[in-house]
Amino acid sequence: MLADARLIAGKDLRIELRSKVGIGQMVPFAVLVLVLFGLALDPDRGVLTRATPGLYWIAVLFSALLAVQRSFAVESAPGVAEALRLSGIDPAGYFLGKFAAVAAQLVVLQLVLVAGVVVLYGADLAGPLLLVATAVAATVAIASAGTLYGVLAAGLRVRDTLVPLLLLPALAPVLLGATRASEAALDGGIGDGWGWCGLLATFGVLYVGFGLLFFGTLLEET
Amino acid sequence: MTTLTQTTDDTAPDGGAGAAPRSTGSRATRVLGTVILVTAPIAAYLGLVTSDPDVVQGDAVRLFYVHVPVVSLMYLPVILCTVASIMWLRKRTDGWDALASSSAEVATIFVGLGLVTGALWGEITWGTYWTWDARLTSTALLFLLLLGYLALRRYPAEPAARSKVSAVVGILLVPNAILVHYSVSWWRSLHQDATRGLDTKMEGNQLTTYAVAQGVFVLILVWLSIHAFRVAWLSLQAERGDLDVAIAERMADDDATGGM
Repeated sequence: MLADARLIAGKDLRIELRSKVGIGQMVPFAVLVLVLFGLALDPDRGVLTRATPGLYWIAVLFSALLAVQRSFAVESAPGVAEALRLSGIDPAGYFLGKFAAVAAQLVVLQLVLVAGVVVLYGADLAGPLLLVATAVAATVAIASAGTLYGVLAAGLRVRDTLVPLLLLPALAPVLLGATRASEAALDGGIGDGWGWCGLLATFGVLYVGFGLLFFGTLLEET
Repeated sequence: MTTLTQTTDDTAPDGGAGAAPRSTGSRATRVLGTVILVTAPIAAYLGLVTSDPDVVQGDAVRLFYVHVPVVSLMYLPVILCTVASIMWLRKRTDGWDALASSSAEVATIFVGLGLVTGALWGEITWGTYWTWDARLTSTALLFLLLLGYLALRRYPAEPAARSKVSAVVGILLVPNAILVHYSVSWWRSLHQDATRGLDTKMEGNQLTTYAVAQGVFVLILVWLSIHAFRVAWLSLQAERGDLDVAIAERMADDDATGGM
């Protein structure tokens, strides 16, 4: 299973490295969202600074949608699904691989976005340990749920419209948890930060477990 | 040749798919419907005329007789959808598929009604239609989750693939609702003073009125569920039927040309 996961993740990341579609469009899109928030919420009135954690995570969520859709779009060519099925790849391994590739892209994206909020919003990165833990837990949560809902869309050959409607309400707890935990870290006081981090971790574990269990069902021939 | 799967499902009033019924009503729904037609006006009369205004809330309390029954029932069809989705994955029969689909529709109606009546009540008692209260927020998110599920159900795709995908999303409905509920109540408990609890001590005819209203809404829930189930069931059969007819015609064509 893990070997299969490594194969799939390697394949996806190689495609992204070579085509640079994900990085060339997803990262600029995320930065664009940051700039648009700046335009919408006049930066001089302090709203941006106060809202930084929320805006940051919304930018991550929107970009994650792109990453998920891209992850399954590369396999939408005719025959690819059949070829994958014939290759005898373990469905759970396939899920883990897609999940790992999306998560890796989200990590790269967040490195850029963190630099973005520091430069553009003047965020002061206090509480680095809690911030990193939050980012890791939220990334796992977003990538696992995204991969699960993404394959649904791939199964129906849906184009881009249904995934956000299904995924975003389900990710509402992640947005809440990640925002509150980051807020706690940035405020310097840890407060409930670790509790929220725990919620994110629970969400991630649930969705990874669910993906491992049900991915086979979703991939099977109808 | 047929691809029809005959199932017997205890929730299917008339069970089999043999002779397609001309309406979505059955004897059960006609009896239920009649009882509702008789009892609903009684409940309305009790709630609007004979029930005393509340000491604290005045006439606003009359919304209670609609809002509370609706809200108390709205989680039932949501849970039913998840259970039916699990059962579909195990049995793969149309009955469970139709049950999942129809209970999500009924759930959406009840959750939507709960939100609307809640907002109206909020405007009267709190002075605002909407507040980021834990219950309101998590109910709104549940409504959006249900809308997503219904959008998936309506998506023009191959029926078998859609059933499978819907089942997985349906299974996730209850866990998602729980996650949303806990995260939102935790969030609000940090940011807002104690939830505006309502003193729900009822007396005299208030209790009677509430009991009647609750009963009427239970009947409405059952009546709607049966109709929705039969619609879902018939549309599944119709989709299959179209396919069968098309395949039969195609095969007849092939036979005709092949025989030459």
